[in-house]
Amino acid sequence: MKLFSFARFAAVLVKEFIQMRRDRVTFAMMIGVPVMQLLLFGYAINTDPHNLPTLVEMADEGPVTRAILMGMETSDFFDFQGVVTSQADGDRALRDGTANFVVVIPPGFERDVVRGLRPTILLAADASDPVAASGAVGAIRGIVDTAMTESLTGPLAYAAQTAPPVDVTVHRQFNPEGVTAINIVPGLLAVILSMTMVMITAVAIVREVEKGTMEALIATPVRPLEVMLGKIIPYVVVGYVQTALFLVAAGTLFGVPFIGSPVAFFAGFNLYILVNLAIGFLVSTVARSQMQALQLSFFTILPTILLSGFMFPFAAMPAWAQTLGTAIPATHFLRLTRKVMLKGATLADVAGNMVAISIIMVVVIFIALKRYRGTLD
Amino acid sequence: MTEGQDAPAIEVSGLTKVFDGRKVVDGFDMSVPRGAIYGFLGPNGSGKTTTIRMMCGLLTPDGGSGTCLGYDIHREAGEIKRRVGYMTQRFSLYEDLTIRENLDFMARMYGLPHRKEKVSRALEDLGLANRSGQLAGTLSGGWKQRLSLAACMIHTPQLLLLDEPTAGVDPKARRDFWDEIRRLSAKGVTVLVSTHYMDEAVQCDFIAYIAYGKKLISGPSRDIPGMVGLTTWRVTGEALGPLEAKLRAEPDVAQIARFGDALHVSGTDKAALDRLATRYEAEGPQKWVEREAGLEDAFIYLMTGSEDNFGLKGAA
Ligand SMILES: Nc1ncnc2c1ncn2[C@@H]1O[C@H](COP(=O)(O)OP(=O)(O)O)[C@@H](O)[C@H]1O
Ligand SMILES: [Mg+2]
Repeated sequence: MKLFSFARFAAVLVKEFIQMRRDRVTFAMMIGVPVMQLLLFGYAINTDPHNLPTLVEMADEGPVTRAILMGMETSDFFDFQGVVTSQADGDRALRDGTANFVVVIPPGFERDVVRGLRPTILLAADASDPVAASGAVGAIRGIVDTAMTESLTGPLAYAAQTAPPVDVTVHRQFNPEGVTAINIVPGLLAVILSMTMVMITAVAIVREVEKGTMEALIATPVRPLEVMLGKIIPYVVVGYVQTALFLVAAGTLFGVPFIGSPVAFFAGFNLYILVNLAIGFLVSTVARSQMQALQLSFFTILPTILLSGFMFPFAAMPAWAQTLGTAIPATHFLRLTRKVMLKGATLADVAGNMVAISIIMVVVIFIALKRYRGTLD
Repeated sequence: MTEGQDAPAIEVSGLTKVFDGRKVVDGFDMSVPRGAIYGFLGPNGSGKTTTIRMMCGLLTPDGGSGTCLGYDIHREAGEIKRRVGYMTQRFSLYEDLTIRENLDFMARMYGLPHRKEKVSRALEDLGLANRSGQLAGTLSGGWKQRLSLAACMIHTPQLLLLDEPTAGVDPKARRDFWDEIRRLSAKGVTVLVSTHYMDEAVQCDFIAYIAYGKKLISGPSRDIPGMVGLTTWRVTGEALGPLEAKLRAEPDVAQIARFGDALHVSGTDKAALDRLATRYEAEGPQKWVEREAGLEDAFIYLMTGSEDNFGLKGAA
């Protein structure tokens, strides 16, 4: 017996494509879900939120302070809601979300400005939603500088020459690493691919078992490898389509740069698709029904979202979570994508990430093949 | 072919399969002569499907050995699969493929030359040529059955394994299906068919009966009643209903079956049953006549009795 028949493999492939085409709902989901996710996340990124509730803790008052607060108000990023009298009040407002920012004007601020002592304004930001905070945080420096040059005229003009006359310290609370918007989009690719690849592969295989068609299929001379490849490759194509859509949208809609090596990206991305298909295959050897396959896939997707560094900064996670996260392919692909897209990495720069993904893949395939046999038992 | 044409199509011995510590098939022996229609009987869950799956390489036996078309069931599953047509108990074609696509897919799996013509001919033989673009899932039960048969015949196998092929199909479709099986058999195809319909069992040349994973009896159909060792009395006349109720309480009566306007009263202890018949006939008003136990009586007996079956005389 031939070990591999291309004709049989092609037949399974064609069959799978026909079934994919006829299953409109799943097909729409495969393309629709990533686009929707991208738009949802992208929307949040893109809106560059304005008029965020802001409180002022004023320990001093004077023309400079007024000029700065006026500048912040007219920038549209900040919407002053009132005054707090203590740090505790400000913290409470940040924590329960009634304010996104607290501006702290230190005691003797006006006097220090006049004396050229470069006093510091503190901007305490609720960075738990980094997307919401980032626009305003990025703008604050410019706003303050402009306000200074405008207000320090006449007899005070000398103070403006010792640049900058006022320091701004931004204190991000609740999310010290402050993941930026641009960071999220490349990470999203890791999550979207993992979600669709694992789930669809697992369900496509389990469906054959559940519907009983697998029994008739393996009663023919077809070999397990022909079935596996024939069933999996259509979904590789889906992964390609998703990624192409994603890259186009990321670039055109959200202005995410791609400054690194396309080859490095392509290599890493293929590896990542493979490892996810292998996980889907593994899930299918465990699940007895399509429902179980869905649930198990979901079970693999949660750590991908939570522990990979997509949602929370990896460095800020506890040690045990980092250990778990290291075993997740998305962790490495996410780093790879960010490095390539945002930091201009080359193939050599991402070799370490690719090795990590490969190791995970070998382990997964080993377990999956041990579990899968060409029989029904 | 490693053996001559006279060698049995299937020859297995001691086949055993354990699921979760339970022997689902236990020391099963069977010899299916070439060209025969071999009926495989037994209640639900008795291990028929499992046995068939072991014969065609879909399950690995935990014990026992055997050959299928001369090929070893352990080592040569690939060769067996190429020469055997297996129709699963559940409809196992793709409901979201058309009739033609299903047949074409099967033909590709066997790497058939002249595939297109073979598929078209199969469609014409089926009488589905003008509906070939219809999704298989939209067919009625009887048509699905016939399509399944056509699909597992596409590579003209020498041996057909049919697992309850007519379950849930209307009587007319069942008759047509059996006509087709006999046509195939006449062409020299060996057929192993599992069923629990008695009227199908009587159409088989050979019978094996399995219960709780153990084979209880097997042989040529005409020898089965003798092997079961039933004595049967045919009772006709008035008030058969009340009589039947009374007979149910008799320990020597193993089985009572209604055949039209008569009762067939059977038992394994001939002397006791004869005495009982004489006594009841004297009481009247019915007429008692001894008759040779038929296949039907034997099957009803096999299908209804369970523990009793283990004490069969002549059970192979
Ligand atoms: N894959 C399996 N795992 C566990 N038990 C099984 C499996 N397949 C069948 N069985 C059990 O084996 C017994 C025999 O089943 P089966 O061969 O399908 O009987 P039949 O075809 O005669 O109805 C049943 O009790 C069934 O529950
Ligand atoms: Mg069965």
